[in-house]
Amino acid sequence: MQMNQALYKRRQSTNFIGLTLSMGAMALGLVVLLWILWVLFSNGLAGLDANIFTADTPAPGSEGGGLRNALLGSLMIVGLSVLVSTPVGILAGIYLTEYGDNSKVAEFTRFVTDIMLSAPSIVLGLFVYSFAVATVGNFSGYAGSLALSLIAIPVVVRTTENMLRLVPGSLREAAFALGAPRWKVSLMVTLRAAKSGVMTGLLLAVARISGETAPLLFTALSNQFFSTDMSGPMANLPVVIFQFAMSPYDNWIRLAWAGALIITLTVLALNILARVLFRDKVKV
Amino acid sequence: MNTTTTTGADASMHNPGFHPSASDQRSDAAMRGIARRQQVQDAVFHRLTQAFSLLVLVALVGIIASLFINAWPTFKTFGLKFLWYVEWDIVNEEFGALIAIVGTLASAGIAMLIGVPLAFGIALFLTETCPVWLRRPLGTAIELLAAVPSIIYGMFGLFVFAPVFADYFQMPTQQLLGGMPLIGWLFGGATNGLGILAAGIILAFMVLPFIAAVMRDVFEITPPILRESAYGLGCTTWEVVAKVVLPYTQKGVIGGIMLGLGRALGETMAVTFVIGNANRLPTSLFSPGTSIASVLANEFGEAEGLHFNTLFALGFLLFCITFVVLALAKWMIIRTEKAKGA
Repeated sequence: MQMNQALYKRRQSTNFIGLTLSMGAMALGLVVLLWILWVLFSNGLAGLDANIFTADTPAPGSEGGGLRNALLGSLMIVGLSVLVSTPVGILAGIYLTEYGDNSKVAEFTRFVTDIMLSAPSIVLGLFVYSFAVATVGNFSGYAGSLALSLIAIPVVVRTTENMLRLVPGSLREAAFALGAPRWKVSLMVTLRAAKSGVMTGLLLAVARISGETAPLLFTALSNQFFSTDMSGPMANLPVVIFQFAMSPYDNWIRLAWAGALIITLTVLALNILARVLFRDKVKV
Repeated sequence: MNTTTTTGADASMHNPGFHPSASDQRSDAAMRGIARRQQVQDAVFHRLTQAFSLLVLVALVGIIASLFINAWPTFKTFGLKFLWYVEWDIVNEEFGALIAIVGTLASAGIAMLIGVPLAFGIALFLTETCPVWLRRPLGTAIELLAAVPSIIYGMFGLFVFAPVFADYFQMPTQQLLGGMPLIGWLFGGATNGLGILAAGIILAFMVLPFIAAVMRDVFEITPPILRESAYGLGCTTWEVVAKVVLPYTQKGVIGGIMLGLGRALGETMAVTFVIGNANRLPTSLFSPGTSIASVLANEFGEAEGLHFNTLFALGFLLFCITFVVLALAKWMIIRTEKAKGA
C-alpha cells in the first residue's frame, strides 16, 4: 500500500496547529480571568480598610470616606428583589413543569423567559423608570428592586423548571397514589426533592443581580447620604462604583476599586457555592 | 390524575360491606368533603401558578408598550428617517439613531470576530483534548468569566486594558499600517486606548463564555458513534471536530453565537467605559464612538423633552434588535436539541 506522505504530513500539521490554537484560546481565557482578579486585588485591597463599612460615601473633594450607605443600599435592594422573585419564579417554574406540557401558552412563556434571560438590562431599567419612577415622581429603592426582580425572575423560573424535571416521575406518582392533591405533591414532594437545585437557581439569580448596574441608574439612582428609606433614591454599590470610577478624585477611584473587589468576590463566591451545592446539573 | 375518585375508592376499601353503618356514612361524607376541598385547592393552585407564569408575558408586553409609547413623539417627528439620520444635536433637538446603531453593530461585530474563534477553541479543548480531571475546573473557570459583573469589565478596560492597548497595539499598528493604501484609514485617529476596537475586544471576552458554554454543550450531545467512526477511519482530532462534530451541531453552534451577539448588542457598562462616548460616526477602528446602551447610560439622567423620547426610541430599537437575534438563537438551539432526541 502506498501512503501519500505529503497529504499525511499536511493533515497532521493542520491538526497540530488547530489543537495548539485551541489550547491557546483556553489559556487566553484563563489569563484574562486571572488578570482581572489580580487587578482587582492589587487595586482593591489598598482601599479596603475598616472605614469601608463604617463611613458613608464622601462628598466631592473631601478626604477618606467609605461605602457603608452603598453596601446597605445594595443589600436592601437585592434582598427585596430576592423576596419578590423567589415566590414568583418558583411558582411560575412549577406551572411550566406540572401543567405546561401540552400548552402552547406555556411553551411560548418558556421561550419568552429564555429571551428575557439575555435581554439588555438597560432596557428593563427604562421600562421600570417609565412606570415606577415617572409616575411617582422620584427615583426609589423600590423601583430598583423591581428592575432587578425582572432580571432575577427568568433565572429562577428556568432553573426551577429544569430542576423539577429532574425529579423522577415515580415520586410524583407515588404521592398521587396516596391520594395527595396536586398542590401538595408539587410543593411538598417534587419541590422538596429538587430543593438543592432550586437553591442553586436562587444563588445564581442573586449573583446575577448583585453586579447589575445599568437598570439601577434609572431606578434607584444613588444617594450621597445614609438612607434606609426605600421610597427615595438609594445609594447602591454598582452605581457608586460607576460614578466614582469616572470621577477625577483619587479617593473616589480608590473606593470604586474597593467596591469592585467586594462585589466581584461576592458574585464569584455565590457562583462557586451554587456549583458546589449542585454539581453539574445547572445550566443557565 | 383524578384525585377525587382515588380518595373515594380508598374510603370504601376501608369499609367493605353492602350496608354501611351510620358512622361509615358520616366518614364517607367527610371524605367527600375533603376531596371536594382538595379539588378547589388544586384549581386555585393551578390558576395561581399560571398567573405567575403569565407575569413574564405581561412584562414583555409592558416593556414593548411602554417603550413604544414613550418613543412615539420621536418616531412621529422624524419618521423612518430616524434610522439613518446622522445627527445628534441636543440643543436644536435634531436626533438620528445611525451613530448609535453603527457603534452598537461595529463593537458587537468586532466582539464576534474575536470571541467566536476563541470560544470555538475553548469548546474544542474542553470536549476533545482536555484531560478529564481538568474539565470541570477549567469549565468552571470559563463560566466564572461570565459571572464577573460587566461594570468590572468596564473598569478593567478603562484603567488597565486601555493604556496597555494604546502602547502595545495601537501605536505599533498605526506606525506599521497607518500609511498603507486601502486599509490605512482603519488605523487612524488618536491612540489613547479607547474606541470601537477596544470596546469590541472587551465585549469579546464578556460574551466568550456564553458562546463557549453553548458550543461545549452541543458538542457533547454529538452521538459518540459518529465521533468514534470518524476516529476509526483515521481522522485526526481536528478533522473529527471540523468535519463531523461541527456540521452535526451546526444549528446549535450558530444559536450559541447569536446568543453571544444578543448579549454583546445590549451590553451597557463595559462598553460605556471604553468606547469613548463621542456622538459622531467612527472613522477608524481606533476612533471613539457610542452605542445605543451607552448613550442611554450617559444621557438619560439629564434628558428632557424630545431628547427623553428619543432615548426611549433608541431603547425600543435596541430591544427589538436583541429580541429578534435572541429568538433566532433560541430557535436554533432548540432545533439542535430536538434533533438529538429524534
